[in-house]
Amino acid sequence: MSDFEPTPPTAPDPSTISTRSAPARDAHRETPLADVAGPYFGAYGGRYVPEALIAALDELTDAWEKAGTDPQFARELAALHRDYTGRPSPLTEVPRFAAHVGSGVRVFLKREDLNHTGSHKINNVLGQALLVKRLGKTRLIAETGAGQHGVATATAAALMGMECTVYMGEEDTRRQALNVARMRLLGAEVVPVTIGSRTLKDAINEAFRDWVANVENTHYLLGTVTGPHPFPQMVRDFHRVIGEEARAQVLERTGRLPDVVAACVGGGSNAMGIFNAFLDDPGVDLVGFEAGGHGISSGEHASRFSGGSPGVLQGARSYVLQDEDGQTRPTHSISAGLDYPSVGPEHAWLHETGRARYEPVTDEEAMAAFQLLCRTEGIIPALESAHALAGALRLGPAQPNSSAPATDRIVLINLSGRGDKDVETAGRWFGYLETGETE
Amino acid sequence: MGSSIRAIERARQEGRAALVGYLPLGYPSVAGSVRAARAMVEAGVDVVELGIPYSDPGMDGPVIQAAADHALRGGTRVRDVFDAVSAIAQTGAPVLVMSYINPVLAYGTAAFARDLAAAGGAGLITPDLIPDEASEWIAASDEHDLDRVFLVAPSSTPQRLAMTSAACRGFVYAASTMGVTGTRASVGSGAQELVARTRETGAPRVCVGLGVSTAEQAHEVANYADGVIVGSALVKALGSPDGPDGDYEALQSLAAELAAGVRR
Repeated sequence: MSDFEPTPPTAPDPSTISTRSAPARDAHRETPLADVAGPYFGAYGGRYVPEALIAALDELTDAWEKAGTDPQFARELAALHRDYTGRPSPLTEVPRFAAHVGSGVRVFLKREDLNHTGSHKINNVLGQALLVKRLGKTRLIAETGAGQHGVATATAAALMGMECTVYMGEEDTRRQALNVARMRLLGAEVVPVTIGSRTLKDAINEAFRDWVANVENTHYLLGTVTGPHPFPQMVRDFHRVIGEEARAQVLERTGRLPDVVAACVGGGSNAMGIFNAFLDDPGVDLVGFEAGGHGISSGEHASRFSGGSPGVLQGARSYVLQDEDGQTRPTHSISAGLDYPSVGPEHAWLHETGRARYEPVTDEEAMAAFQLLCRTEGIIPALESAHALAGALRLGPAQPNSSAPATDRIVLINLSGRGDKDVETAGRWFGYLETGETE
Repeated sequence: MGSSIRAIERARQEGRAALVGYLPLGYPSVAGSVRAARAMVEAGVDVVELGIPYSDPGMDGPVIQAAADHALRGGTRVRDVFDAVSAIAQTGAPVLVMSYINPVLAYGTAAFARDLAAAGGAGLITPDLIPDEASEWIAASDEHDLDRVFLVAPSSTPQRLAMTSAACRGFVYAASTMGVTGTRASVGSGAQELVARTRETGAPRVCVGLGVSTAEQAHEVANYADGVIVGSALVKALGSPDGPDGDYEALQSLAAELAAGVRR
C-alpha cells in the first residue's frame, strides 16, 4: 500500500473510537493483521495455567466478547478516555531532539505521558475495570514493576469503589518508592513480594496465586499483553486507541504515514497499542526496543529476542529468557517496567513473521536519550520510554523499508510514560543526588 | 495399564484409598530426595510424586517453593529426575513426576516421555498444562504408555470435568480447594462434591490433593476419594531448606501416620 493515503481532516473523536474494530486496510488479506485474535498468535499464546483459573478466564472472555459489540460499553469507555484520562493524547513534534537522529528527520512523540496517572497504562485499566463492574466483582488485584500499572489500577479502583491489592517485587518497591506512596494514597494495599528475584515476574506469580484463591470476587487486572488468553488480545485492544489516534494525527500533520514507529517493549502493551494501527501498512517499519541492561554479552539484560528462546512463562507460550532446563533466568534493567523475562505472545509472532523487529538498548544508551529529551525538549520521559528514544537515535536517517526520500523521514515514538517516578534514579545516575545507592 | 493404576487398584482391594506422597527432586539434595522417597515408601506411601524444581512454581505455596529454590541453588537439573525415578522405582512403588510444563518443553516433550519411560517412571502430573494445550504430551504419553494426570478444580464446569477425565490416564487429580499447595486447617468442603462430580463424568479414579496434612484429614478424604495426595506437610517434615540435611525420621514418622490414616 502507498504511504500516501487520503488524509483525514482531524484526529478521531474518541467517542467514535471502537475498542475492537480497526479498519481493514488490505482488502486482499482475509483477516487484517490488526484484527488477529487469540488464543494463538502463530505458535504463541494459549492458556498455560492451573485448571482452577479456566472458569474465570472463560467468564472474562465471554464478558469481553459481549462488551466488544455493545455500543453502551464503547460509549462508557470513550467518555472515561475523554473526561478522565484526557484523550486524545497530543502528538508533539520534537525538532531539537530530531536533529540528533539525523538531518531531515522529523520526530513525533505520541504523548501517553500526558494521560491521567502518567502513562498509557490507564487505557487498559479503565477498560478492564468497566468489564469487572459488569461481572459484579468487587476486588482488583494487579502486579506492577515500575509502579505505573499499579497506580493506574489503584486509581480505577478508587474511581469505581473497589478494593485493590497491588503486588510489587520488593526490589521494585525500593526503586519506585514514590509510586508505592501514590498507590497507598489512593487506598490500595501494596504487598512487597520477597520471593524469587523480587521483581515483576515474582509479583505476577503472587497475583496469580491470589487470583486462584479468591477468583469468586476478585479480578486479576493484568497490566500487559502477556498471560493466558484473553489477556494478550484484550489488553492490546484496550490500547489500540494509541495507534488509532497517532495514525490519524500523523496523517493530519504530515499528509502521510510515518516511516518508523518505535516503542519500548517490556511485556509489550504500549508497543502493541501503537503498532496495531500500522500492522497492515507494510511501508511502516515497526521497531520494538527491549532492555539491553548492561549489554547482551554481560548476560544482565531483559532482551528476550536477543537472548531468549520460545517457552512458557506465566500463562502463555512466547519468548522467554531461560536456561537450557527451562528455568527462568534473572534479568536486569535500570527500568523496572522493562525488567521482565517474557514478552507478549503477539510480539513473538510479529518477530517470527518479520513484521516487527526488536533490538536491545542498554541502560547507558537509555539514560543518554533520557537526558537528551529533557534538555532539548523540556520533557522528562519514563526510563522505559527512554529506551524507545535511544533506539530512535540509533536508527539514524536511513530506514530500510521506506521508499520516502532520504531527507524526509518521519519517526513516530510512543512516549509511553512520564519520568516523575524516575527522577530519583536519574538524579543519582547523573550525580545530582548524592545520597544512597547508584543504580 | 499404567503403574499408578495398579497401586490404586491394590489399595482398593484392601478396602482403602491409596496414599500419594509428594517430594521435590533435589531437596535436600538429589540423593537426599531419593532417600526421602524410599523412606516414605517404607512407611506405607503407595505412590511417589516427585516434583521437578522450577523457578516459577505458580501453583505452589511457600513451603514447596522454598524447597524448590533450595534444589535449584544446589544445582539440581531436569535430567537428574531420570536416575532418581529409576532408584525410587526399585522400591516397587510407582513414581509419578510432577512438573510445570516449561522444563518439559525445554527438554523436549517426546524425549522427556522416552527417558521417563526408560527410567521406569509411571507418568507425569502437570499443574499448569490443561488438556486443551497438551496434544504433544498426549501423543508422547500414549506412545510410551505413561500415566497422564491433569487437574480438576472446584470451579471446573461439567463439560471441562468430562473433557479432563477423558484426557487423563491413571487418575484425575482433584484440587480440593481454590488455592495453592500448603497445609490448611481443613480440607476444602467442596472436595467431596468435586470427586462425585468428576466420577459422574466417567473418571474411574479420582485422587484429592491440596491441603491434606494430617492423618485425620487423610482418613476423612480416604472415605470418598481413590487416593489422598500429601505434599507440603511431608516437605515441611523433611526440615528447613537451610538445615544441614533432611530429617528423614520425621518424614517417615509423618508418612506412617498418614498411611495409618488411609487404612483406618
